[in-house]
Amino acid sequence: MRRVIAAIASTAAGLVMLLSFKTHSPTAPTSAPAATSATTTGSSSSPSTNSSTSTSAATTVTGDASDTRYGPVQVQITVKNGKITNVTATQYPSTDPRDQQINAYAIPALDQEALQAGNANINMISGATYTSDGYIASLQSALGKAGLA
Amino acid sequence: MTQTAADLTPAVHVEHCMGTVFTIDLRDPGLWDDAISAVVAWLHRVDAVFSIYRDDSDISRIRRGELRVEDADPHVAEVLDLCTVLQAETGGYFTAFWDGHLDPTGLVKGWAIEHASEFLHASGCHNHAVNGGGDMQLAGEVAPGEPWRVGISDPQDATRLLTIVQGRDFAIATSGVAERGTHIINPLAATPARDLASVTVIGRALTRVDTYATAAFAMGGNALQWLEAQPGHEGLVVAADGIATPTSQFYAP
Repeated sequence: MRRVIAAIASTAAGLVMLLSFKTHSPTAPTSAPAATSATTTGSSSSPSTNSSTSTSAATTVTGDASDTRYGPVQVQITVKNGKITNVTATQYPSTDPRDQQINAYAIPALDQEALQAGNANINMISGATYTSDGYIASLQSALGKAGLA
Repeated sequence: MTQTAADLTPAVHVEHCMGTVFTIDLRDPGLWDDAISAVVAWLHRVDAVFSIYRDDSDISRIRRGELRVEDADPHVAEVLDLCTVLQAETGGYFTAFWDGHLDPTGLVKGWAIEHASEFLHASGCHNHAVNGGGDMQLAGEVAPGEPWRVGISDPQDATRLLTIVQGRDFAIATSGVAERGTHIINPLAATPARDLASVTVIGRALTRVDTYATAAFAMGGNALQWLEAQPGHEGLVVAADGIATPTSQFYAP
């Protein structure tokens, strides 16, 4: 039992350190962070604040291939003036008909999501499943390489 | 002390580990190569000790009866004790001991990320994200005055984000099935959990947040009520029919 207490104490100490830095946030330490009511369906979202790496010409950046248990997933983004203008999956699992059927739906759909994510100025995506995890990881890698993440 | 433009550029490192990909995103100006190296080494050490897919890991050796917990890497005892605590907190819906096999995998990734974030903070990087396959610990802000913004993907329509969570110093994790079919077992019923499409949990620290998301998913219809009762945690529960219901304080008043 002593180890349990020690583990919890060390976690709590880490939290105290984190919370002590919270000079900007007016929320109480025990409250969970708030969700915004923003949706990504509109096209009038505010411009990205990550536009410091603006370039006049479009450039393509390929993310690291991400291994999933169904195979590698790799994402390529096109960036122009600091904004994502296109996202494609250059590699995804298609080792059997079932995978192909799933991915024929999932990958193009995720492409659209990634574009919307770019417009919505989000930093990360939380989601389930192996392939979308791999896709997201490769996308985030590409965003990092492009200086947008 | 002079800083070059490169010093002021956010440092993003991507690392393949534990069958997924980790993103380490450091937002404080500075040279963080050593801190990133330490975090990467930590993640791989955790994998080497805890992976059930590696025959030579401490966990695999314990499963085969070749190693005692007290003789293993000291983190094993810490993690197994946390598993016991979380099993009790979740009423048995999270367990590392299902079906007679030791498997702390469901807790280890979140725990490793939480520790990595604490290490980065102690190293002086107070604004960062450590993301393992969509489950993440976010510290400080993405930029001065700007909270981190995390989209939650719709498990039934991948073209949509369900909503966006923004905040400072928080953890977020999503458990679900989405397009790949069922992979979370309800340990009490010994059947795959099928009632929900996904559960997202937000709170302060990823060990609990990630474990709670997995447990709540296994709970099915009781997930929302259970999450509502967990202090410091909020959640978004998406039923199998696609209806998304937040806990009462998920959206700030």
